[in-house]
Amino acid sequence: MVNPMNKVTIENLSLEYSDGAESLRGINLNIPANAISVLFGPAGGGKSSLLRILNRLNDLADVKTVRGKVLIDGQNILEPGVDVIALRRKVGMVFARPVPLPLSMRANLTYGLELAGEHRAAVLAEAVERSLTQAALWDEVKDRLDEPAAALSGGQQQRLCLARVLALQPEIIMLDEPTSGLDPISTSKVEASLQKLKTQYTIILVPHSVQQAARTADYAGFFLQGELVEWAPGRAIFSTPRDKRTEDYVVGRFG
Amino acid sequence: MPQQTEQWREMLINWLIKISGYSAIVFVTLIFFFLIRESLPGFSPETFSRLAGSRWYPIEQYYGLAPLIAGSIMVTLGAALVAIPLGLGTAIFIAEIAPRWVREILKPLVEILAGLPSVVLGFLGILSLSPWVRETMNLPTGLTAFSGSLLLGMTSLPTIVSVAEDALDAVPRSYRDASLALGATELQTIFLVTLPAARSGVFTAVMLGLGRAIGETIMVMMVTGNAAMIPNSLFSPVRTMTATIAAEMGEVAKGSEHYHVLFLIGLTLFVISLLVNLTASSVIMRQQKRAERVLS
Repeated sequence: MVNPMNKVTIENLSLEYSDGAESLRGINLNIPANAISVLFGPAGGGKSSLLRILNRLNDLADVKTVRGKVLIDGQNILEPGVDVIALRRKVGMVFARPVPLPLSMRANLTYGLELAGEHRAAVLAEAVERSLTQAALWDEVKDRLDEPAAALSGGQQQRLCLARVLALQPEIIMLDEPTSGLDPISTSKVEASLQKLKTQYTIILVPHSVQQAARTADYAGFFLQGELVEWAPGRAIFSTPRDKRTEDYVVGRFG
Repeated sequence: MPQQTEQWREMLINWLIKISGYSAIVFVTLIFFFLIRESLPGFSPETFSRLAGSRWYPIEQYYGLAPLIAGSIMVTLGAALVAIPLGLGTAIFIAEIAPRWVREILKPLVEILAGLPSVVLGFLGILSLSPWVRETMNLPTGLTAFSGSLLLGMTSLPTIVSVAEDALDAVPRSYRDASLALGATELQTIFLVTLPAARSGVFTAVMLGLGRAIGETIMVMMVTGNAAMIPNSLFSPVRTMTATIAAEMGEVAKGSEHYHVLFLIGLTLFVISLLVNLTASSVIMRQQKRAERVLS
């Protein structure tokens, strides 16, 4: 039975790349709706790979084998017949480096919607304002939406990228170290946005530090070399980790 | 003192670099003045009126430039029509669509093609392309502007493919990921994100390719039929400016009117390629300035 609270259910997922790099081994995980789930651990642990499986961005990489199931709303998205484009509209992603497309800010925000066949000016304008407001960027850019997106500062660019995902009204938002290149003020703006957004969306965050993981997590999973070592609700994992390896990483004995 | 020799060496190297830098400018200027000196001063007022005519028949002192200019323009534009879509298509295929192993075969292959002497392509044109054109189009001769355009397109193709492919390849992987993650298909990503992001490199590729097409001489001489008349369609024989100089310079009497006119054609070619380059670099500069503003 699928628990309705669980937006994403991962069953016995294994992944291997053809060059033998980073892989995943036997991952079992339930990601709840309307919460921030944090996936943390040292580099090469498989966190990004997991995100790229959830929106099938890994389809283009040299993947040798993928086994197991990934259920989103009860549907296994790894099956061959799945509409990948529709899946990516439902599962949005923000990357580590802000990637404004070489277009104006407005065109960046409407890009996904227009590709989805939405051309009504009123709907697009509404989506631009709503998504920028949600990403706490509207006041800063509302008067210059037609300027190139690359003219924004790094922190603004990353919030634009978040807004671009929000414009599509996805159900799940994945963020892969979204603040790794940002200053503390921009970082706290992004984190504050996420706290507001979690009431409407399922958020999966790969943080860039243990501190950020501890600040933001409603649920947290510790990944080490392709294995999910420990998964716990709340911030328990940071104060009373059950596994020795988690404890060593959280207190900073390695990492 | 060793410190003093060090200073001398620095100064010497500095000067050598400066001289080689300035010499490029000096040479181009000298060529320009040489072309002017050998053409314009030898002209009588009658020569100028003859240049405006519509016939090129030097033996009877018809020096109308129009058929030659028209021939060059027609063949070059025809080549552009062939080379730009085909070249960009190939570049997109190699950079974005082909699997890795296909790419590793195609890319060096294209670069080898770029080094193929055009006279070899001219052979191909005379032996197979022009008979085919004559038969399928039912023309009196297959040596036409059309054949010239096709082959000329082939000579500029490798340049366009190779430069455009590098430009596409330089677009960060993350742009494509971001676009795909927003629900774009691979083709939408190529045309809406990757190609616009690489546009200044792609533009350079086209300009370099066309630059090669304008200057190409021996091959167009072989396959365009060399009839100096104003062409009424792509399927009539033409003669280009470059081919005219190559064909007639060997037999002309030094200092004759014909001789000066040939130099004027050279000057015209020089000015045309100067204008093409100026346009290209001003477009690229404008984009760079925008890009700099955008990136700062």
